[in-house]
Amino acid sequence: MIEFLLKGLLRDRSRSVFPLLIVAAGVALMVFLHAWLNGVISDLIRSTANYRTGHVCVMTRAYADKADQIPNDLALLGIDTLLATLRQSYPDFIWTPRITFGGLLDIPDDMGETKEQAPVSGMGVSLLSAASPEWRILNIRPALVRGRLPEKAGEILIAEELSEKLKVQPGQIATLISSTMYGSMMFSNFLIAGTVRFGLGPMDRGSIIVDIADIQRALDMQQGAGLVLGLFHDDLYHEEQANIVTANFNARHASDTDKFSPIMRTLRTQSGLSDYLDYVGVFSTFILAIFLVAMSIVLWNAGLTGGLRRYGEIGLRLAIGEETGHVYRSMMVESLMIGIAGSLLGTGIGTGCAYYLQVHGFDIGFMTKNSTMMLAEVVRAQVTPVSLVIGFIPGILATFLGAAISGIGIYRRSTSQLFKELET
Amino acid sequence: MMRLFWACLFLFSVVIRTHAQSGDEILKRVDQNMFSETRISVSRMIIQGGRGSRTLELKTWQRGTRESFSEFLAPARDKGTKMLKLQDMLWTYSPSTDRTILISGHMLRQSVMGSDLSYEDMMEDPHLPNLYSAKISSEETVNERPCWVLALTSKKEDIAYNSRMIWVDKARYVLLRENLYAKSGKLLKTLDVREVMEVKNRWLAKSILYKDVLKDGEGTEFLVDSLALEVAIPDYLFSKAALKR
Repeated sequence: MIEFLLKGLLRDRSRSVFPLLIVAAGVALMVFLHAWLNGVISDLIRSTANYRTGHVCVMTRAYADKADQIPNDLALLGIDTLLATLRQSYPDFIWTPRITFGGLLDIPDDMGETKEQAPVSGMGVSLLSAASPEWRILNIRPALVRGRLPEKAGEILIAEELSEKLKVQPGQIATLISSTMYGSMMFSNFLIAGTVRFGLGPMDRGSIIVDIADIQRALDMQQGAGLVLGLFHDDLYHEEQANIVTANFNARHASDTDKFSPIMRTLRTQSGLSDYLDYVGVFSTFILAIFLVAMSIVLWNAGLTGGLRRYGEIGLRLAIGEETGHVYRSMMVESLMIGIAGSLLGTGIGTGCAYYLQVHGFDIGFMTKNSTMMLAEVVRAQVTPVSLVIGFIPGILATFLGAAISGIGIYRRSTSQLFKELET
Repeated sequence: MMRLFWACLFLFSVVIRTHAQSGDEILKRVDQNMFSETRISVSRMIIQGGRGSRTLELKTWQRGTRESFSEFLAPARDKGTKMLKLQDMLWTYSPSTDRTILISGHMLRQSVMGSDLSYEDMMEDPHLPNLYSAKISSEETVNERPCWVLALTSKKEDIAYNSRMIWVDKARYVLLRENLYAKSGKLLKTLDVREVMEVKNRWLAKSILYKDVLKDGEGTEFLVDSLALEVAIPDYLFSKAALKR
């Protein structure tokens, strides 16, 4: 029977081509949207984890309460002991200390007077050790635009855009003006070793990267760090595992009620990312639902049109004794065939386009100019195994539903009227 | 009898005159008591932070209210840091970088060496009658001293504190307490004078607790260790060149 129906579909193209194209186009769009959203979310999670929060993050309780203000006066102290404990207790993570700070970068003229000045957001990371995981986490080497990487204490990297704004070149001295962890204004001279561009709006606008030992000295926070980040070795965020580790760490320190005692947070619970990820999840489901409903309506309409066109054929089949249920079932099988074929074609087109976007990316830098989220300037799709199957759900279901709804009309045909209808 | 009459008349006139003083007149007397042509002081700032306290020691040379030069003497990390105020400009010199930086814009809102005092507070015209009009609000006793409570309302728009409440010692015309408010009426800072001293017939604060209400910690205590009024100060001190000396 299937072979018979298949032959029918292939020979009568007006019956199959239009629904097939509709399904293929819808599925392709669905697969592409899924892969694109996947890419954007993965990029956001990766860059937020690498540049800001880690997959998990340890800070003081007091710091956690005001984390948005980056309160270095509430930073962790004695981090060597903490780092050793974390590395021993939770070896599934790479642990690295960070100090985030704000300030002004002041460029002197020949007389030592201010020539240019700009606000900066700084990051103190372990830079001077070749074994430091930060080179890979922050992707520093490929980000270098001019100059060289820091080799000794007192050398910094600054954003290329910032260097253009301040009209400075690698090799020049800059003075960082900021606040110590005790609130005093501090001044510290640094040699600009090189300039970097990360392709992330907030990082590229006005960031500087300083070795953590230098910034500890400058901000008067010896053995201190605002945060200790923990990142999974495979760079992927494993939420369940992160939650288990966080609960375990916090339970260990639950009895310590001092406001400077450490507390762990997961990526999801920081930077308002939780709301954003939930929003994206709801948004994706919403798109899927809309698509399913819209395609069902289109295919229902297509089924009705086809049904009208095949009015005579169905009437004849019923008149010569074919059961109504058999006719209905054969139409269902036809719709399944079209759904499967359309889904296959659509998945192929959708993943192809998504893969192109994964490799080449699409520059949206003009849209993220003032964004404070860690959104990459070049968005890329991400094709995953799910991309290969996600289109089949709406592709087959919508076709099936469309045919099922439009096919109900078969049951309304009155057998006694069939020959009369055929005569006219 | 006649002598008693004249004595009563004198007392009556004194009482009348005291009660007749308006808020603005009291504020003017406070201002006259507070300011001298020149002054040199050595003082300590004890900053009570969330992680303990720090003590900074500084020497200040002041001429009028528009020129001052300060040098931090301790602790070692801040020793040699200097600040120069000339009219509306404020420079700071850091010996570790050998840089003189003009403090301007949003930097003025930063705290002075981590204290509860901001650079903006330092730059403000300290002559209160120039900035505020005063009304007597009530009378209270502070540190066992009878005081007028004056409500100060700003005369200008562009001002850090839109209104203030000050407690003025009725006999010594020295401020014993002060609350500073934002335009919304929110309390921003408080000042409590814990000890006063008499120098050249003026009553001045010797120990003050200054508290930024919006900050954690218990405030900053200012202690004046020595104070000399109306002394000669060389002109060169009020120049940018003095910062690097």
